Parts: sequence; C-alpha cells; structure tokens
Amino acid sequence: MLLDVGDSRRLRFLAIGGIGSLVVGGAAMAFALETSPQTQQGPGAGTLPPASVATAGQGGTPAPAGPAPGPPTAPRALNVVVLDPAHGGTDPGARGTGGIQESEITLEFATRARQALEQQGFQVVETRQGNENPSFDDRSAIANAQRGAVFITLHIASTGIPGTVRVYVNADLPPVKAANGLIPWDLAQAPFLGLSRKLGDLVQGMLTQHFKGSPDAAQTAAIRQLRTTAAPAIAVEVSSVVVNDRAELDHMVPGVADAIARGVAAFKPLYAMALPSGALP
Amino acid sequence: MWLTTLLVFAVTGAAIFAPILRKRMERAAQLQQQSEEQARRELIQPVPMNPSDPRVKAELFWLSDADSSMLAPVVVELPLSSDPVLRSKQVLNTLLAGPVDVELRTLPPDAVLLAFYILADGTAIADFSEALATSIPSGIQSEQLAVDSMTHTLEANVPQVKRLKILIHGQEVETLAGHVDLTETFAVNADAGPSPATGPAAGKTGAFLVQPLTLSFSPVKLTGR
Repeated sequence: MLLDVGDSRRLRFLAIGGIGSLVVGGAAMAFALETSPQTQQGPGAGTLPPASVATAGQGGTPAPAGPAPGPPTAPRALNVVVLDPAHGGTDPGARGTGGIQESEITLEFATRARQALEQQGFQVVETRQGNENPSFDDRSAIANAQRGAVFITLHIASTGIPGTVRVYVNADLPPVKAANGLIPWDLAQAPFLGLSRKLGDLVQGMLTQHFKGSPDAAQTAAIRQLRTTAAPAIAVEVSSVVVNDRAELDHMVPGVADAIARGVAAFKPLYAMALPSGALP
Repeated sequence: MWLTTLLVFAVTGAAIFAPILRKRMERAAQLQQQSEEQARRELIQPVPMNPSDPRVKAELFWLSDADSSMLAPVVVELPLSSDPVLRSKQVLNTLLAGPVDVELRTLPPDAVLLAFYILADGTAIADFSEALATSIPSGIQSEQLAVDSMTHTLEANVPQVKRLKILIHGQEVETLAGHVDLTETFAVNADAGPSPATGPAAGKTGAFLVQPLTLSFSPVKLTGR
C-alpha cells in the first residue's frame, strides 16, 4: 500500500503490511490514497504475502528461511522492468559537444532497451516517453506501484573514458527503523540493497563483455533517484556526452540494450529465490 | 482649466519617469547583490596558513593519474593548524585549489568554501558557494568523485570529523548537480558512518518489518534528521 501524505517528501511513507497498517503523518494533512487492485495487495517494498505475515506474527520471529510451503510465488516473480530515461523537459542533463543532450540520448537508449527486454518476455514501463521531466519522487512512485519489478535509471555522463559503461547501486542507507511497520519514503531502497547489488553486478558483467575498459563490478554512489525506489534498482551511466560525433554514442545503443536485457534475465531466478526466504520485504 | 492641464502634465510625467525609475531600482538592486557576493568573498578569505604551524605531510585526494575514474592520494607538505576546524578549512581549500595537473581536479575551480563547522557529535558542515553545484560536470561519476575527494581528504587529515554534510550557499539541496544526494551526511571516518544495510542485514530488515504491528502512536521518527 502506498500512501502519499501531502506533498512533503519526508511525510511520504511506504506502508508495510496488509491489515492493520496505518500511516501516521505527523500533522493531520489531507492525504491521497493511491489504491489500485494491485497496490492494495502491496507493491514493491509493501509486498507481504499473507502467509509470511502470519508466520512472523505468531512467533514474533523473522520469517523462516526455507521456502514457504503452499502455492508458488508466481504472481510476484520478476516480470516488470521500469526504465527511467534520466532528465528531460527543462533539465537537459549533461551537455556535450555539438549540442548533444543527455536527456535526448537517454530516451534513445531506453527505447532500444525496451525492445530487448520485451524480447526476453519482460513487461516494460517507462517513466517518460517524451521530453518531460518527472520529479525524482514521481519516477520512483511509478516503480513503487509495480509488483515484481526492477528499476533501471539510464544516464550519460560528462566524464569517463568514452565507450565505457558503469553500473551503480545506491550507497549504504541507514537501517530502517520501522517498528510501526512503515518504511520512510526516503529509505525505500534500504531493504533492496542486497538484491540491487546482485542485479548491478550481473548487468555490469554483461556490459563489460560489450564495452572493454568498463569496470568488472557495480560501484556504489549516493544516488537520489535510487534512494526512494522500493525495488531492486540500478543506475547505468554511459560515457560520455563529450564525444566528437554523436554516432559514437549511437553505436553503443544496441550493446547497452542487449546487456541490460541479458543482465535482467540472469537476475530473474535470483529474484525468485529471494521471495520465499523473506529477503524481499 | 489650469487644474486639468496640471493633471495632464503630471500623468504624462509619471508615465515617462516610472519605467526609468523602475529600471534604476533594478540596476541598484543588482549592484547591491553583486557587492554582497563580493563582500562575502572578501570576508571568506581562504584560511591563511600559519607558517609557525608544524609542517605535516597532508594527503589530498584528486583523480588518479593512471585511472581518472578513481581517486589517488597526493602527499603535500602543509603547515596545518592543530584546531580541527581550521585544519579542515585548510585542507579543503587546498583541495579546491586543485592539483598541479588541472585535469585531475575533482572540484570546480570557481567554487568557494563559505563556512565550515564541526558539531559536538563529529558531524562537519561544509557550506560551499553555488559554483560547486553549477560548475561541476553533471553525472553520477563526477559528482560522487567530488564528494569522495572531500570525505577521503578529511578522513586522512582530520580524525575529529566523523561525517560530512554539504550545503550550497547555506541551504540543504536535494542533489549536487542532479545525481548525488546531499540530503544525508557522508561517512568520513569509517566507524562513524551510517550502519551498512548489506545483503544479510537487508534480509533481517525485511523480516523485522513483518513483526506484528503494535502501533505505539509516538511521533513517527524519521531518519534522525
């Protein structure tokens, strides 16, 4: 369940748990309750299979590590990829030689990545398709409303060796103190960091096969966009807008798309494994 | 009749002079702004090094000569104060001044350190001019390297600093230049950072969340900010 309490970022929470969970938003404020049949059952971080609530609730102990008996977790398997072409609208992002704008090129990468992912059988949701600039929170909210999703934000750097690609996962976040069953919106990524790292390493591995000189493993950075995303989430940053000819970047598009699709496909079984063990909240 | 003529004159006069006056006001305001900025810069002279302070081998982190996607320490002999605030200002100003090879700098040359404090709990607050955000090459890599160069340099030279909060012109900003989050503090001396929520911990957190919801209606505690 995703509750949007006012428009102050700090008063947005992800409510965890189905029955009995409440959001207390400091001052009494009008709040918009986003409910859809899907979100009511709990998306992303808010997803809790009723069985695991009961188990944990009775004993007051963490959910058992073994696979939960009962129906397979098919409905929560990884099947959605949220692609986020960074910047847009009034924010062109990094600007390079010859009028190259990060916001335009990220759209191009997203379009091709979408095709590659759909070929792998994933459903793809994009945070923007034209020259708009949704806020960080709006982009995260699109991912947080999905269930069984990963989030990939696409960037073009203004530094780095041209022709290389780096994957980032969010740096460590303070542990979530959620005795009341709520994860602060600001820390939505915290429970997913472990999975994000696995996804990041897999995608980086595929990228490095295409683009020599790229790192071997995902790196960490304090990325604002990832912090509020309640799903395994990575940033892919291509170097760079500082090229003599835009064609140099265009040539990288198919390789990046292919690496992302294969990386996510390789991650799919790991995501499924994380479900019954309680690694996913 | 006289009254009408006078009124007509007054109105025409006002119509002519009002825009001119407004323009002058605007110009005056601009001038004032400029001189405020100038005054601030003059006030915030880089902390002078005191030659009588003991010369120590300070480690400053700029981009690595071999791999510009990484940082590398450069040892510079500087007379550093023993006062942690002065010492921090001295090393950060040296970092801003940049290395001999300007290609290896991590921070824009026009950025100025406006203020620096250390709170009792070891949290340092560094306030930079807007140029830090506007002149830095935008990107995850460049922004993270800029922050890392500061935290690494403080860690190597000022043990009293436990974490770093970066402000731009006295304000908390959401990101440095569109990517790196500046709303939180950055760990400086490793043991004092936010406890890592690593893989196994993430699992624990998940399990913790499914505990029965005994709602005590104490004010919701955010992240301790």
